[in-house]
Amino acid sequence: MLQDAKDIVVIGAGQAAAQAVQSLRSGGYAGSLTIIGDEPALPYQRPPLSKAYMKGEFAEERLYFKPASWYEEQIVEVLLGTRAVRIDRAHQQVHLGHGGQLPYDALILATGSRPRPLPVPGADLNGVHDLRTLADVEQLRPKMVAGRRLVIIGAGYIGLEAAAVARQMGVDVTVIEMAPRVLARVTSPVISEFYTAEHRRQGVTILTGAHLARLEGEAGEVSGAVLADGTTIKADMVLAGIGILPNEELAREAGIACSNGILVDRDARTSDPHVFAAGDCASRPLVHYGRTGRLESVHNAIEQGKLAAAAILGQPRPAEDCPWFWSDQYDLKLQIAGLSQDYDTLVVRGDPESRKFAVFYLRNETLIAVDAVNSPPEFLASKKLIMSGAKLAPRVLSDTSTPMKDIAAQAAA
Amino acid sequence: MAKITFVNHDGTERTVEAKNGMSVMEAAVNNSIPGIDADCGGACACATCHVYVEDAFLAKAGEQQEMEKSMLDFAENVQPNSRLSCQIKVSDALDGMRVTTPESQH
Repeated sequence: MLQDAKDIVVIGAGQAAAQAVQSLRSGGYAGSLTIIGDEPALPYQRPPLSKAYMKGEFAEERLYFKPASWYEEQIVEVLLGTRAVRIDRAHQQVHLGHGGQLPYDALILATGSRPRPLPVPGADLNGVHDLRTLADVEQLRPKMVAGRRLVIIGAGYIGLEAAAVARQMGVDVTVIEMAPRVLARVTSPVISEFYTAEHRRQGVTILTGAHLARLEGEAGEVSGAVLADGTTIKADMVLAGIGILPNEELAREAGIACSNGILVDRDARTSDPHVFAAGDCASRPLVHYGRTGRLESVHNAIEQGKLAAAAILGQPRPAEDCPWFWSDQYDLKLQIAGLSQDYDTLVVRGDPESRKFAVFYLRNETLIAVDAVNSPPEFLASKKLIMSGAKLAPRVLSDTSTPMKDIAAQAAA
Repeated sequence: MAKITFVNHDGTERTVEAKNGMSVMEAAVNNSIPGIDADCGGACACATCHVYVEDAFLAKAGEQQEMEKSMLDFAENVQPNSRLSCQIKVSDALDGMRVTTPESQH
């Protein structure tokens, strides 16, 4: 139906947008192709922002998915520093913030997400930062000087990765987490305890079960975080990492179905057959889990960018991989496959003390997720095992004398 | 600076100029070499930038770290000259190197 599309517009300029335009061009689409991005930069990778790039070990030019010349060669128009303010579905047009409209035959919403704002007084003080964009890092990095005090609100992956980088730069770091343990929303107590111990060993102060009441400041600059019990933690800068919200407003205001994300089908198509959504902003069928959900990850952005492009071009649906993620903290590479919510059995393989181990999550004797610390075989084998749905005995997984490769092969047999 | 030739599994080839310090994967992606996905952007987290390095350059391409070795152990069609291209750093020593991309990264 859309195979004869002549105008494709992509709103957003992150990983999903970059993938969608690449897949459209490599898939043979020769019509007009426009990316609308509200940031001033060409599409770039976000994961290094809280890791190697923040530390200064990764040159800025390496963040960009493609050099500027690629967009010229491929005739992709990139409107940077530009906001899409309205979708007129009746006329198939996108209205831009500085005036003007772009017509579309197919529209891809890759609008991403934004940091959840801190819901406390003082959140608007100078020196209170988010960590999502290049501009955020540019603001924060010059302040990361040894001996300065950084307070991080939220012990999720962003908060803990930033804590690791800051600590390695000699910054004095305190992490404030409301939940009783770090990474509570995304992983098991085993992994939470391991990372808490590691950060403490590295000199990070971690306060769990700690409720932020307000941020206080002097002359408009943040100077401390005050907890509900009255404790004050002095701060030269504060980083908020309490989760993200999907940018679904454009879609919702245009009457496209949303529910914690823009609802899409397996082809990344929204409730409007001419409109697709990909990446953090989309809530999609999680085919390996029999439910829908929003995934905040590189894998998801790439896959949905491909799915949207293939659907628009009338090509076969690309593979739907099991979700995967990674996190780098200190010398620890955590690789995660699958979604561990609702596990009924937890199996530890290897010894956390050795800094090389994996935690498997099973439900009804079937592997649903793994957290693999410095253990690529456990991660890669689990991806295959999760997608196969094979039954697995806990004692097989915990037996380190059998290589993961053999376990995967036996389960497949 | 090094000139690196990428040979597709079907035999078509392209030579690109790669800057010192970048990875062979980045040189490929910047030049839209087909057959290298590099989903994780070079974090050695995904094993989708698998290539075959011609024998004459294997030593110059540097030693494999344990992380890369164990990732490659799970790639398809692994050969003794298999590498993850995100883990090969470009230097003058790689000038003239030929690498072949596999048919699929999955």
